[in-house]
Amino acid sequence: MIWNENKECMSREDMRALQGKRLHKIVTYVYHNVPFYRKKLQERDIRPDDIQSIDDIVRLPFTTKQDLRDNYPFGLQAAPQSEIVRIHASSGTTGNPTIVGYTRKDIGVWSECMSRCLTAYGVSRNDTFSVAYGYGLFTGGLGAHYGVENIGAAVLPASIGNTEKHLHLIRDLGVSGIACTPSYALYLAETMKRMGITKEQIRLRVGAFGAEPWTEEMRREIEDKLGLKAYNLYGLSEIMGPCVSYECPRQQGSHINEDHFFPEIVDPETLEPVDAGTVGELVFTTLTKEGMPILRYRTRDLCSILPGTCSCGRTSLRMGHIMGRTDDMLIIRGINVFPSQVESVVLSMKEFAPRYLLVVDRIGNLDTLQVQVELRQEYFDENFDTIATFQELEKRLADRLKSVLSLTAKVNLKSPGTLARSLGKDSHVIDHRKQY
Amino acid sequence: MTITQLSVFLENKAGTLIEMLETLKQASIQLIAITIAETAEYGICRIICSESDKAYNVLREANVAVTRSKVFALEVENKPGGAAKAISTISKEGIGISYLYSFIVREKCLLIFRTDDAERAADVIRKAKLPTIDDDKLVEFA
Repeated sequence: MIWNENKECMSREDMRALQGKRLHKIVTYVYHNVPFYRKKLQERDIRPDDIQSIDDIVRLPFTTKQDLRDNYPFGLQAAPQSEIVRIHASSGTTGNPTIVGYTRKDIGVWSECMSRCLTAYGVSRNDTFSVAYGYGLFTGGLGAHYGVENIGAAVLPASIGNTEKHLHLIRDLGVSGIACTPSYALYLAETMKRMGITKEQIRLRVGAFGAEPWTEEMRREIEDKLGLKAYNLYGLSEIMGPCVSYECPRQQGSHINEDHFFPEIVDPETLEPVDAGTVGELVFTTLTKEGMPILRYRTRDLCSILPGTCSCGRTSLRMGHIMGRTDDMLIIRGINVFPSQVESVVLSMKEFAPRYLLVVDRIGNLDTLQVQVELRQEYFDENFDTIATFQELEKRLADRLKSVLSLTAKVNLKSPGTLARSLGKDSHVIDHRKQY
Repeated sequence: MTITQLSVFLENKAGTLIEMLETLKQASIQLIAITIAETAEYGICRIICSESDKAYNVLREANVAVTRSKVFALEVENKPGGAAKAISTISKEGIGISYLYSFIVREKCLLIFRTDDAERAADVIRKAKLPTIDDDKLVEFA
């Protein structure tokens, strides 16, 4: 099903025209309402009327996370405070939190875009849908919540924590859909197993997972353990929250709600647009946002825009899997390494739990990479009584890592349940080199 | 001919062994023999104990990486050359010993080992009529 055929299936020509019109409007709006952007545009000698088509977007300045921090709390807000009806804030673990204010219209656009995502996943008014993103300052919980209500499904605002009670409700209420982080989905599956609830006893059919990068292997594991079909849901609070892009049943990339969020892919070093289909840094411009519009925001997410048109009927551009973050990217002995590459290898071997930790260090002048993985004893056979068997397992993992990373990693086996796990975003890297 | 051995993966750091032993203690498991093969980062703790099924389940529930396997248990004479006599019977057939340890229970000297060819080793032991014990008899001894 398609929620808004008018927009989701618009011809490319009409979409470009609409985007151009909206870009002109948003540039005019920020020029007159946000001193930060007026200054940047004036520095480049750009008047709002110079921006007439979507192709003119390359003339506009970029916005970075640091710009958001520097303008804390309301420096980038365009709407008067009286028009703001909601404020979200990022976790701010690395500096000032990022504050995003939404007008009533922004909340409406968000709900509309989220409705498109849910409808693509096959969720309808007949479903009971659990939102297990954190509710609160984080955009995940309320963002998904408003979309579920908007399509007329019954929302179970479970949030995170209290996992056992949540699982009882999933079983007893016949909950058919869930939105949460992929790592929380795996945590749910583990807790379910501990509680003795089988996937046959629950009726989860659809899962919308996002807020952290995940891989195809992780998708299969979640689908297998929870007995549902797992869809990608992408978003970021600086742009809106969850709803920026979504998978359709074809699951060949995530359709971008590009009438509201215009995507570009640029080379993270040169900031020049990359060739079609090439991986680079994803950049978004909000085309309709009132509260905190943002021009060419550098998401630090690395992905590509997929070529061709999807056979589902939607004409919108699709982004590929997030390959990593520009700031996740580790440079080890001059080689670019993404934690997601390690993850795909770890998840392809059944002897390991879907958890891992990269420990990077510098010994002498040489960078070292250690990959810690947790053993999964249910897959041990009787040969796991010799050191040789464990060494062979280590070697198999090291060999696969070497072929994927082009880098030798030291494998470190850990007992089950020993790698730290969190209920929200998992951290997969410790880089000791930062101390030097 | 064979007895049940539990093999536990332990990280090579302070506290991991005692944590596992406390788990067994709480389940009133009696250890008969215990030995550790170690590397710099981890070790395998091999255990012969009373009620091996119960011990196995208790460890699994405690989220310990444990494996259950059958290992040969030969009874040998407690005097110089006792072990050599038994092992030479197996070695001269070209069968390798992966690991071996021994313990004495009720004045019986037992050799516990794994070979690289369990089937042939069993044949050789049977033909040479080497005295062996199994799980039931071990529990009697203990």
